[in-house]
Amino acid sequence: MRGIWEPHRLVLAAIGAGLVIWCAVSLRWDWIPQYAGEMAQGVWRTIWLLVLSVAIGMTLAIPLGLAQAAGPWWLAAPARAFCTVVRGTPLLLQIWLLYYGLGTLFPQYPWIRNSDLWPILRQAWPYALLALSLSYAGYEGEVMRGAFKSVPPGQLEAARAMGVPRFTLFRRIWLPQAVQRVLPTLGGETVLQMKATPLVATITVVEIYEVASQVRRELLITYEPLLLLAAVYMALAGVIVLIFRWLENRVPQKRA
Amino acid sequence: MGPFDLLALEPPGWGGNLLRGLANSVQIAFGAFGLGLLIGTAGAYGKLYGGKITRDLLGLYTTIVRAVPELILILILYFAVTDLVNQMVLAMGGERIQISGVLAGIAVLGVVQGAYATEVLRGAILAVPPGQIEAARAMGMPPVKLAWRITLPAMLGFAIPGLANLWLIATKDTALLAVVGFNELTQETRQAAGATKAFFTFFLAAGAIYLVLTLVSSWGFARIEAWARRGEPRRSR
Repeated sequence: MRGIWEPHRLVLAAIGAGLVIWCAVSLRWDWIPQYAGEMAQGVWRTIWLLVLSVAIGMTLAIPLGLAQAAGPWWLAAPARAFCTVVRGTPLLLQIWLLYYGLGTLFPQYPWIRNSDLWPILRQAWPYALLALSLSYAGYEGEVMRGAFKSVPPGQLEAARAMGVPRFTLFRRIWLPQAVQRVLPTLGGETVLQMKATPLVATITVVEIYEVASQVRRELLITYEPLLLLAAVYMALAGVIVLIFRWLENRVPQKRA
Repeated sequence: MGPFDLLALEPPGWGGNLLRGLANSVQIAFGAFGLGLLIGTAGAYGKLYGGKITRDLLGLYTTIVRAVPELILILILYFAVTDLVNQMVLAMGGERIQISGVLAGIAVLGVVQGAYATEVLRGAILAVPPGQIEAARAMGMPPVKLAWRITLPAMLGFAIPGLANLWLIATKDTALLAVVGFNELTQETRQAAGATKAFFTFFLAAGAIYLVLTLVSSWGFARIEAWARRGEPRRSR
Protein backbone atom coordinates (compact mmCIF):
# COMPACT_ATOMS: atom_id res chain seq x y z
CA MET A 1 0.00 0.00 0.00
CA ARG A 2 3.01 2.22 -0.44
CA GLY A 3 2.62 5.42 -2.46
CA ILE A 4 -1.11 5.86 -2.13
CA TRP A 5 -0.58 9.59 -2.76
CA GLU A 6 1.10 9.17 -6.13
CA PRO A 7 -0.38 11.52 -8.77
CA HIS A 8 -1.90 8.80 -10.99
CA ARG A 9 -3.60 7.23 -7.97
CA LEU A 10 -5.09 10.60 -7.01
CA VAL A 11 -6.46 10.96 -10.53
CA LEU A 12 -7.89 7.42 -10.41
CA ALA A 13 -9.40 8.09 -7.00
CA ALA A 14 -10.94 11.30 -8.32
CA ILE A 15 -12.44 9.42 -11.27
CA GLY A 16 -13.74 6.77 -8.88
CA ALA A 17 -15.25 9.41 -6.58
CA GLY A 18 -16.81 11.02 -9.63
CA LEU A 19 -18.38 7.71 -10.62
CA VAL A 20 -19.76 7.19 -7.11
CA ILE A 21 -21.21 10.73 -7.04
CA TRP A 22 -22.71 10.21 -10.51
CA CYS A 23 -24.31 6.96 -9.29
CA ALA A 24 -25.59 8.68 -6.15
CA VAL A 25 -27.11 11.60 -8.06
CA SER A 26 -28.45 10.14 -11.26
CA LEU A 27 -29.65 6.72 -10.11
CA ARG A 28 -32.71 6.07 -7.98
CA TRP A 29 -32.00 5.56 -4.28
CA ASP A 30 -35.22 6.84 -2.69
CA TRP A 31 -36.30 3.26 -1.89
CA ILE A 32 -33.52 2.75 0.65
CA PRO A 33 -35.33 4.17 3.74
CA GLN A 34 -38.42 2.12 2.92
CA TYR A 35 -36.45 -1.15 2.73
CA ALA A 36 -33.77 -0.36 5.32
CA GLY A 37 -35.19 -2.68 7.96
CA GLU A 38 -35.49 -5.62 5.60
CA MET A 39 -32.01 -5.02 4.24
CA ALA A 40 -30.49 -4.95 7.72
CA GLN A 41 -32.27 -8.22 8.50
CA GLY A 42 -31.06 -9.68 5.20
CA VAL A 43 -27.44 -8.75 5.91
CA TRP A 44 -27.77 -10.20 9.40
CA ARG A 45 -29.14 -13.46 7.99
CA THR A 46 -26.32 -13.66 5.44
CA ILE A 47 -23.78 -13.14 8.20
CA TRP A 48 -25.12 -15.81 10.50
CA LEU A 49 -25.53 -18.30 7.68
CA LEU A 50 -21.90 -17.65 6.84
CA VAL A 51 -20.61 -17.84 10.42
CA LEU A 52 -22.59 -20.95 11.36
CA SER A 53 -21.79 -22.81 8.12
CA VAL A 54 -18.08 -22.00 8.49
CA ALA A 55 -18.13 -23.17 12.12
CA ILE A 56 -20.02 -26.41 11.40
CA GLY A 57 -18.06 -26.99 8.20
CA MET A 58 -14.71 -26.56 9.95
CA THR A 59 -15.79 -28.92 12.76
CA LEU A 60 -16.49 -31.54 10.10
CA ALA A 61 -13.42 -30.69 8.03
CA ILE A 62 -10.94 -31.44 10.82
CA PRO A 63 -11.91 -35.13 11.18
CA LEU A 64 -12.26 -35.39 7.38
CA GLY A 65 -8.73 -34.06 6.90
CA LEU A 66 -7.31 -36.14 9.72
CA ALA A 67 -8.92 -39.32 8.37
CA GLN A 68 -7.35 -38.69 4.97
CA ALA A 69 -3.95 -37.69 6.30
CA ALA A 70 -3.42 -40.29 8.99
CA GLY A 71 -6.47 -42.54 9.24
CA PRO A 72 -6.81 -46.21 8.33
CA TRP A 73 -8.07 -46.89 4.82
CA TRP A 74 -11.64 -47.59 5.94
CA LEU A 75 -11.84 -44.03 7.29
CA ALA A 76 -9.68 -42.39 4.61
CA ALA A 77 -11.61 -43.80 1.65
CA PRO A 78 -15.08 -42.52 2.64
CA ALA A 79 -13.61 -39.14 3.66
CA ARG A 80 -11.92 -38.86 0.28
CA ALA A 81 -15.08 -39.88 -1.53
CA PHE A 82 -17.09 -37.25 0.37
CA CYS A 83 -14.61 -34.49 -0.49
CA THR A 84 -14.50 -35.55 -4.16
CA VAL A 85 -18.28 -35.61 -4.50
CA VAL A 86 -18.76 -32.24 -2.78
CA ARG A 87 -15.98 -30.62 -4.80
CA GLY A 88 -17.08 -32.24 -8.04
CA THR A 89 -20.70 -31.06 -8.13
CA PRO A 90 -22.12 -27.53 -8.19
CA LEU A 91 -23.27 -26.16 -4.84
CA LEU A 92 -26.55 -25.03 -6.40
CA LEU A 93 -27.31 -28.64 -7.30
CA GLN A 94 -26.47 -29.77 -3.75
CA ILE A 95 -28.76 -27.12 -2.27
CA TRP A 96 -31.62 -28.12 -4.55
CA LEU A 97 -31.03 -31.84 -3.91
CA LEU A 98 -31.26 -31.34 -0.15
CA TYR A 99 -34.15 -28.89 -0.20
CA TYR A 100 -36.38 -30.44 -2.84
CA GLY A 101 -35.25 -34.03 -2.21
CA LEU A 102 -35.39 -34.15 1.58
CA GLY A 103 -38.16 -31.57 1.59
CA THR A 104 -40.45 -33.93 -0.32
CA LEU A 105 -39.20 -37.04 1.47
CA PHE A 106 -39.78 -35.91 5.06
CA PRO A 107 -43.53 -35.13 4.84
CA GLN A 108 -44.15 -38.72 3.73
CA TYR A 109 -43.24 -39.97 7.22
CA PRO A 110 -45.92 -39.15 9.82
CA TRP A 111 -43.51 -39.53 12.75
CA ILE A 112 -41.31 -36.75 11.32
CA ARG A 113 -44.32 -34.54 10.80
CA ASN A 114 -45.51 -35.17 14.34
CA SER A 115 -42.10 -34.62 15.92
CA ASP A 116 -41.10 -31.43 17.71
CA LEU A 117 -38.52 -30.72 15.01
CA TRP A 118 -41.13 -30.41 12.26
CA PRO A 119 -41.74 -26.65 12.63
CA ILE A 120 -38.01 -26.20 11.98
CA LEU A 121 -37.72 -28.81 9.22
CA ARG A 122 -40.63 -27.21 7.41
CA GLN A 123 -38.62 -24.06 6.83
CA ALA A 124 -35.95 -23.56 4.21
CA TRP A 125 -33.00 -22.37 6.30
CA PRO A 126 -32.01 -25.75 7.84
CA TYR A 127 -31.47 -27.14 4.34
CA ALA A 128 -29.55 -24.02 3.30
CA LEU A 129 -27.34 -24.25 6.39
CA LEU A 130 -26.80 -27.99 5.91
CA ALA A 131 -25.85 -27.60 2.24
CA LEU A 132 -23.48 -24.69 2.93
CA SER A 133 -21.86 -26.51 5.86
CA LEU A 134 -21.33 -29.74 3.92
CA SER A 135 -19.86 -27.79 1.03
CA TYR A 136 -17.41 -25.95 3.29
CA ALA A 137 -16.55 -29.25 5.00
CA GLY A 138 -15.79 -30.86 1.63
CA TYR A 139 -13.46 -28.12 0.43
CA GLU A 140 -11.78 -27.60 3.80
CA GLY A 141 -11.43 -31.34 4.40
CA GLU A 142 -9.11 -31.36 1.42
CA VAL A 143 -7.25 -28.28 2.70
CA MET A 144 -6.86 -29.81 6.17
CA ARG A 145 -5.54 -33.06 4.69
CA GLY A 146 -2.63 -31.12 3.24
CA ALA A 147 -2.31 -29.11 6.44
CA PHE A 148 -2.03 -32.16 8.71
CA LYS A 149 0.51 -33.71 6.36
CA SER A 150 2.61 -30.55 6.26
CA VAL A 151 3.35 -30.50 9.99
CA PRO A 152 6.95 -31.75 10.36
CA PRO A 153 6.90 -35.32 11.70
CA GLY A 154 9.67 -34.45 14.15
CA GLN A 155 7.20 -32.31 16.11
CA LEU A 156 4.87 -35.26 16.58
CA GLU A 157 7.70 -37.69 17.30
CA ALA A 158 9.14 -35.35 19.93
CA ALA A 159 5.75 -35.07 21.63
CA ARG A 160 5.30 -38.84 21.56
CA ALA A 161 8.80 -39.31 22.98
CA MET A 162 7.86 -36.97 25.85
CA GLY A 163 4.86 -39.20 26.55
CA VAL A 164 2.23 -36.63 25.58
CA PRO A 165 -1.18 -38.36 25.44
CA ARG A 166 -2.60 -38.74 21.95
CA PHE A 167 -5.48 -36.32 22.31
CA THR A 168 -3.32 -33.66 23.98
CA LEU A 169 -0.77 -34.10 21.18
CA PHE A 170 -3.50 -33.48 18.63
CA ARG A 171 -5.03 -30.53 20.47
CA ARG A 172 -1.83 -28.77 21.52
CA ILE A 173 0.65 -29.58 18.76
CA TRP A 174 -0.77 -31.09 15.60
CA LEU A 175 -3.96 -29.09 15.10
CA PRO A 176 -2.63 -25.60 15.91
CA GLN A 177 0.36 -25.96 13.61
CA ALA A 178 -1.77 -27.42 10.83
CA VAL A 179 -4.39 -24.68 11.03
CA GLN A 180 -1.80 -21.96 11.20
CA ARG A 181 -0.13 -23.17 8.01
CA VAL A 182 -3.34 -22.97 6.01
CA LEU A 183 -4.84 -19.80 7.51
CA PRO A 184 -4.30 -17.80 4.29
CA THR A 185 -6.01 -20.58 2.27
CA LEU A 186 -8.86 -20.75 4.77
CA GLY A 187 -9.30 -16.99 4.48
CA GLY A 188 -9.66 -17.25 0.72
CA GLU A 189 -12.05 -20.18 1.06
CA THR A 190 -14.17 -18.26 3.55
CA VAL A 191 -14.51 -15.41 1.04
CA LEU A 192 -15.60 -18.01 -1.52
CA GLN A 193 -18.12 -19.36 1.00
CA MET A 194 -19.49 -15.84 1.47
CA LYS A 195 -19.81 -15.55 -2.30
CA ALA A 196 -21.83 -18.78 -2.28
CA THR A 197 -24.43 -17.60 0.26
CA PRO A 198 -26.73 -15.82 -2.26
CA LEU A 199 -27.47 -19.24 -3.80
CA VAL A 200 -29.72 -20.07 -0.84
CA ALA A 201 -32.08 -17.34 -2.05
CA THR A 202 -33.21 -19.85 -4.70
CA ILE A 203 -34.78 -21.96 -1.95
CA THR A 204 -36.66 -19.00 -0.43
CA VAL A 205 -34.23 -18.08 2.34
CA VAL A 206 -34.61 -14.30 2.61
CA GLU A 207 -31.05 -13.03 2.97
CA ILE A 208 -29.65 -9.80 1.52
CA TYR A 209 -29.62 -11.04 -2.07
CA GLU A 210 -33.29 -12.00 -1.87
CA VAL A 211 -34.17 -8.61 -0.34
CA ALA A 212 -32.46 -6.92 -3.28
CA SER A 213 -34.36 -9.16 -5.68
CA GLN A 214 -37.60 -8.15 -3.98
CA VAL A 215 -36.73 -4.47 -4.46
CA ARG A 216 -36.03 -5.16 -8.13
CA ARG A 217 -39.33 -6.96 -8.59
CA GLU A 218 -41.45 -4.45 -6.72
CA LEU A 219 -39.96 -1.22 -8.09
CA LEU A 220 -38.93 -2.52 -11.52
CA ILE A 221 -35.43 -1.08 -11.22
CA THR A 222 -32.44 -3.06 -12.42
CA TYR A 223 -29.08 -1.70 -11.44
CA GLU A 224 -29.41 0.13 -8.14
CA PRO A 225 -30.11 -2.84 -5.85
CA LEU A 226 -27.45 -4.91 -7.63
CA LEU A 227 -24.83 -2.17 -7.17
CA LEU A 228 -25.74 -1.85 -3.51
CA LEU A 229 -25.49 -5.64 -3.17
CA ALA A 230 -22.05 -5.61 -4.76
CA ALA A 231 -20.98 -2.95 -2.26
CA VAL A 232 -22.36 -4.96 0.68
CA TYR A 233 -20.57 -8.13 -0.39
CA MET A 234 -17.32 -6.25 -0.99
CA ALA A 235 -17.55 -4.85 2.52
CA LEU A 236 -18.17 -8.35 3.92
CA ALA A 237 -15.20 -9.70 1.95
CA GLY A 238 -13.07 -6.89 3.38
CA VAL A 239 -14.11 -7.79 6.92
CA ILE A 240 -13.31 -11.47 6.36
CA VAL A 241 -9.87 -10.59 4.97
CA LEU A 242 -9.20 -8.34 8.00
CA ILE A 243 -10.30 -11.04 10.47
CA PHE A 244 -8.01 -13.61 8.90
CA ARG A 245 -5.12 -11.15 8.74
CA TRP A 246 -5.60 -10.55 12.45
CA LEU A 247 -5.66 -14.30 13.10
CA GLU A 248 -2.48 -14.78 11.08
CA ASN A 249 -0.68 -12.00 12.92
CA ARG A 250 -1.63 -13.39 16.33
CA VAL A 251 1.00 -16.09 15.92
CA PRO A 252 4.48 -14.72 15.31
CA GLN A 253 6.23 -16.60 12.56
CA LYS A 254 9.56 -16.64 10.88
CA ARG A 255 9.50 -15.23 7.39
CA ALA A 256 12.25 -15.58 4.84
CA MET B 1 -42.13 -45.21 -13.84
CA GLY B 2 -38.89 -46.46 -12.32
CA PRO B 3 -35.76 -44.30 -12.17
CA PHE B 4 -34.36 -45.79 -15.36
CA ASP B 5 -37.54 -45.11 -17.32
CA LEU B 6 -37.40 -41.52 -16.10
CA LEU B 7 -33.81 -41.19 -17.30
CA ALA B 8 -34.49 -42.79 -20.70
CA LEU B 9 -33.14 -40.74 -23.59
CA GLU B 10 -36.41 -40.63 -25.55
CA PRO B 11 -39.54 -38.89 -24.17
CA PRO B 12 -41.32 -39.66 -21.86
CA GLY B 13 -37.87 -40.13 -20.30
CA TRP B 14 -35.87 -36.98 -19.50
CA GLY B 15 -32.35 -38.23 -20.25
CA GLY B 16 -32.26 -36.40 -23.60
CA ASN B 17 -33.07 -33.10 -21.88
CA LEU B 18 -30.30 -33.64 -19.35
CA LEU B 19 -27.79 -34.39 -22.10
CA ARG B 20 -28.85 -31.28 -24.04
CA GLY B 21 -28.34 -29.30 -20.84
CA LEU B 22 -24.92 -30.90 -20.41
CA ALA B 23 -23.99 -29.91 -23.97
CA ASN B 24 -24.97 -26.30 -23.21
CA SER B 25 -23.04 -26.35 -19.94
CA VAL B 26 -19.88 -27.73 -21.54
CA GLN B 27 -20.15 -25.26 -24.42
CA ILE B 28 -20.38 -22.31 -22.03
CA ALA B 29 -17.63 -23.68 -19.79
CA PHE B 30 -15.32 -24.06 -22.80
CA GLY B 31 -16.10 -20.58 -24.08
CA ALA B 32 -15.75 -18.97 -20.66
CA PHE B 33 -12.51 -20.80 -19.90
CA GLY B 34 -11.05 -19.78 -23.27
CA LEU B 35 -12.10 -16.16 -22.87
CA GLY B 36 -10.78 -16.26 -19.30
CA LEU B 37 -7.40 -17.50 -20.56
CA LEU B 38 -7.18 -14.65 -23.09
CA ILE B 39 -8.12 -12.03 -20.50
CA GLY B 40 -5.86 -13.71 -17.95
CA THR B 41 -2.81 -13.74 -20.22
CA ALA B 42 -3.30 -10.10 -21.12
CA GLY B 43 -4.01 -9.27 -17.47
CA ALA B 44 -0.95 -11.11 -16.18
CA TYR B 45 1.34 -9.34 -18.65
CA GLY B 46 -0.33 -6.04 -17.83
CA LYS B 47 0.13 -6.56 -14.11
CA LEU B 48 3.78 -7.58 -14.49
CA TYR B 49 5.04 -5.29 -17.23
CA GLY B 50 2.33 -2.62 -17.62
CA GLY B 51 2.48 1.00 -16.56
CA LYS B 52 1.29 2.26 -13.18
CA ILE B 53 -2.25 2.99 -14.32
CA THR B 54 -2.68 -0.35 -16.09
CA ARG B 55 -1.50 -2.14 -12.96
CA ASP B 56 -3.85 -0.24 -10.66
CA LEU B 57 -6.83 -0.78 -12.94
CA LEU B 58 -6.07 -4.50 -13.25
CA GLY B 59 -5.71 -4.66 -9.47
CA LEU B 60 -9.18 -3.11 -9.13
CA TYR B 61 -10.61 -5.58 -11.66
CA THR B 62 -9.23 -8.69 -9.95
CA THR B 63 -10.13 -7.43 -6.47
CA ILE B 64 -13.72 -6.53 -7.31
CA VAL B 65 -14.45 -9.65 -9.33
CA ARG B 66 -13.01 -11.88 -6.63
CA ALA B 67 -14.97 -10.16 -3.84
CA VAL B 68 -18.44 -9.96 -5.39
CA PRO B 69 -20.54 -13.15 -5.77
CA GLU B 70 -20.63 -14.53 -9.32
CA LEU B 71 -24.42 -14.52 -9.23
CA ILE B 72 -24.52 -10.74 -8.82
CA LEU B 73 -21.79 -10.17 -11.41
CA ILE B 74 -23.77 -12.34 -13.83
CA LEU B 75 -26.89 -10.26 -13.29
CA ILE B 76 -25.11 -6.87 -13.48
CA LEU B 77 -23.04 -7.81 -16.53
CA TYR B 78 -25.96 -9.51 -18.27
CA PHE B 79 -28.22 -6.47 -17.97
CA ALA B 80 -25.44 -3.98 -18.62
CA VAL B 81 -24.13 -5.80 -21.70
CA THR B 82 -27.64 -6.25 -23.11
CA ASP B 83 -28.38 -2.55 -22.52
CA LEU B 84 -25.13 -1.41 -24.10
CA VAL B 85 -25.52 -3.59 -27.18
CA ASN B 86 -29.13 -2.52 -27.61
CA GLN B 87 -28.26 1.16 -27.27
CA MET B 88 -25.56 0.77 -29.89
CA VAL B 89 -27.92 -1.07 -32.21
CA LEU B 90 -30.68 1.50 -31.66
CA ALA B 91 -28.24 4.36 -32.29
CA MET B 92 -27.34 2.77 -35.60
CA GLY B 93 -31.01 2.62 -36.46
CA GLY B 94 -31.62 -1.07 -35.81
CA GLU B 95 -34.23 -2.97 -33.83
CA ARG B 96 -33.90 -4.12 -30.21
CA ILE B 97 -32.29 -7.53 -30.09
CA GLN B 98 -32.24 -10.33 -27.55
CA ILE B 99 -28.73 -11.55 -26.75
CA SER B 100 -28.47 -15.32 -26.82
CA GLY B 101 -28.07 -16.99 -23.45
CA VAL B 102 -24.98 -18.90 -24.53
CA LEU B 103 -23.11 -15.78 -25.64
CA ALA B 104 -24.09 -13.82 -22.54
CA GLY B 105 -23.10 -16.75 -20.32
CA ILE B 106 -19.72 -17.07 -22.01
CA ALA B 107 -19.05 -13.34 -21.81
CA VAL B 108 -20.00 -13.04 -18.15
CA LEU B 109 -18.29 -16.17 -16.85
CA GLY B 110 -15.29 -15.33 -19.06
CA VAL B 111 -14.85 -11.98 -17.32
CA VAL B 112 -15.05 -13.73 -13.93
CA GLN B 113 -12.60 -16.44 -15.02
CA GLY B 114 -10.29 -13.78 -16.42
CA ALA B 115 -9.78 -12.28 -12.97
CA TYR B 116 -8.75 -15.59 -11.43
CA ALA B 117 -6.70 -16.56 -14.50
CA THR B 118 -4.80 -13.25 -14.24
CA GLU B 119 -3.58 -14.21 -10.77
CA VAL B 120 -2.78 -17.83 -11.70
CA LEU B 121 -0.80 -16.83 -14.80
CA ARG B 122 0.96 -13.96 -13.03
CA GLY B 123 2.18 -16.39 -10.38
CA ALA B 124 3.27 -18.87 -13.04
CA ILE B 125 5.19 -16.25 -15.04
CA LEU B 126 6.96 -15.14 -11.85
CA ALA B 127 8.00 -18.76 -11.25
CA VAL B 128 9.94 -18.87 -14.53
CA PRO B 129 13.67 -18.44 -13.72
CA PRO B 130 14.40 -14.80 -14.64
CA GLY B 131 17.71 -15.79 -16.22
CA GLN B 132 15.87 -17.51 -19.08
CA ILE B 133 13.93 -14.36 -19.93
CA GLU B 134 17.00 -12.15 -19.55
CA ALA B 135 18.99 -14.46 -21.80
CA ALA B 136 16.31 -14.27 -24.49
CA ARG B 137 16.31 -10.46 -24.21
CA ALA B 138 20.08 -10.38 -24.40
CA MET B 139 19.88 -12.41 -27.62
CA GLY B 140 17.65 -9.66 -29.03
CA MET B 141 14.43 -11.66 -29.12
CA PRO B 142 11.39 -9.43 -29.79
CA PRO B 143 8.84 -9.38 -26.90
CA VAL B 144 6.05 -11.35 -28.62
CA LYS B 145 8.44 -14.06 -29.77
CA LEU B 146 9.97 -14.13 -26.28
CA ALA B 147 6.53 -14.69 -24.76
CA TRP B 148 5.62 -17.36 -27.27
CA ARG B 149 8.91 -19.27 -27.34
CA ILE B 150 10.25 -18.82 -23.78
CA THR B 151 7.87 -17.50 -21.12
CA LEU B 152 4.65 -19.29 -22.03
CA PRO B 153 6.13 -22.79 -22.51
CA ALA B 154 8.28 -22.47 -19.41
CA MET B 155 5.44 -21.27 -17.18
CA LEU B 156 2.88 -23.81 -18.44
CA GLY B 157 3.91 -26.47 -15.94
CA PHE B 158 3.43 -24.03 -13.05
CA ALA B 159 0.14 -22.73 -14.41
CA ILE B 160 -1.61 -26.03 -15.20
CA PRO B 161 -2.70 -26.96 -11.62
CA GLY B 162 -4.25 -23.52 -11.11
CA LEU B 163 -5.84 -23.59 -14.56
CA ALA B 164 -7.24 -27.07 -13.88
CA ASN B 165 -8.93 -25.65 -10.78
CA LEU B 166 -10.30 -22.77 -12.86
CA TRP B 167 -11.71 -25.18 -15.43
CA LEU B 168 -13.49 -27.12 -12.67
CA ILE B 169 -14.85 -23.84 -11.30
CA ALA B 170 -16.01 -22.92 -14.82
CA THR B 171 -17.94 -26.17 -15.24
CA LYS B 172 -19.60 -25.70 -11.85
CA ASP B 173 -20.27 -21.99 -12.32
CA THR B 174 -22.35 -22.72 -15.40
CA ALA B 175 -24.94 -23.98 -12.90
CA LEU B 176 -25.37 -20.36 -11.76
CA LEU B 177 -26.87 -19.50 -15.14
CA ALA B 178 -29.82 -21.65 -14.06
CA VAL B 179 -30.79 -18.80 -11.73
CA VAL B 180 -31.20 -16.44 -14.70
CA GLY B 181 -33.26 -19.11 -16.44
CA PHE B 182 -30.75 -20.44 -18.93
CA ASN B 183 -31.28 -24.07 -19.94
CA GLU B 184 -28.06 -25.67 -18.83
CA LEU B 185 -27.77 -28.95 -16.97
CA THR B 186 -28.93 -27.81 -13.54
CA GLN B 187 -31.95 -25.94 -14.89
CA GLU B 188 -32.98 -28.89 -17.10
CA THR B 189 -32.63 -31.11 -14.06
CA ARG B 190 -34.86 -28.89 -11.97
CA GLN B 191 -37.49 -28.82 -14.71
CA ALA B 192 -37.40 -32.59 -15.10
CA ALA B 193 -37.54 -33.09 -11.34
CA GLY B 194 -40.35 -30.59 -10.93
CA ALA B 195 -42.42 -32.18 -13.67
CA THR B 196 -42.03 -35.75 -12.39
CA LYS B 197 -41.61 -35.07 -8.63
CA ALA B 198 -38.67 -37.53 -8.73
CA PHE B 199 -36.28 -35.06 -7.11
CA PHE B 200 -33.71 -37.53 -5.82
CA THR B 201 -33.47 -39.43 -9.12
CA PHE B 202 -32.79 -36.37 -11.23
CA PHE B 203 -30.56 -34.40 -8.87
CA LEU B 204 -28.46 -37.49 -8.16
CA ALA B 205 -28.24 -38.20 -11.90
CA ALA B 206 -27.11 -34.64 -12.61
CA GLY B 207 -24.66 -34.85 -9.72
CA ALA B 208 -23.22 -38.02 -11.26
CA ILE B 209 -22.87 -36.28 -14.63
CA TYR B 210 -21.02 -33.32 -13.08
CA LEU B 211 -18.84 -35.71 -11.10
CA VAL B 212 -17.87 -37.69 -14.22
CA LEU B 213 -17.09 -34.41 -15.98
CA THR B 214 -14.87 -33.38 -13.04
CA LEU B 215 -13.05 -36.71 -12.80
CA VAL B 216 -12.45 -36.93 -16.55
CA SER B 217 -11.16 -33.34 -16.61
CA SER B 218 -8.85 -33.96 -13.65
CA TRP B 219 -7.38 -36.96 -15.42
CA GLY B 220 -7.01 -34.94 -18.61
CA PHE B 221 -5.28 -32.08 -16.81
CA ALA B 222 -2.90 -34.50 -15.09
CA ARG B 223 -1.89 -35.74 -18.56
CA ILE B 224 -1.49 -32.17 -19.84
CA GLU B 225 0.64 -31.27 -16.83
CA ALA B 226 2.88 -34.28 -17.41
CA TRP B 227 3.22 -33.14 -21.03
CA ALA B 228 3.90 -29.51 -20.09
CA ARG B 229 6.60 -30.57 -17.63
CA ARG B 230 8.22 -33.02 -20.06
CA GLY B 231 11.40 -30.94 -20.37
CA GLU B 232 11.91 -30.43 -16.64
CA PRO B 233 14.36 -32.51 -14.68
CA ARG B 234 12.64 -35.18 -12.57
CA ARG B 235 12.45 -34.35 -8.89
CA SER B 236 13.24 -37.25 -6.64
CA ARG B 237 10.83 -36.82 -3.79
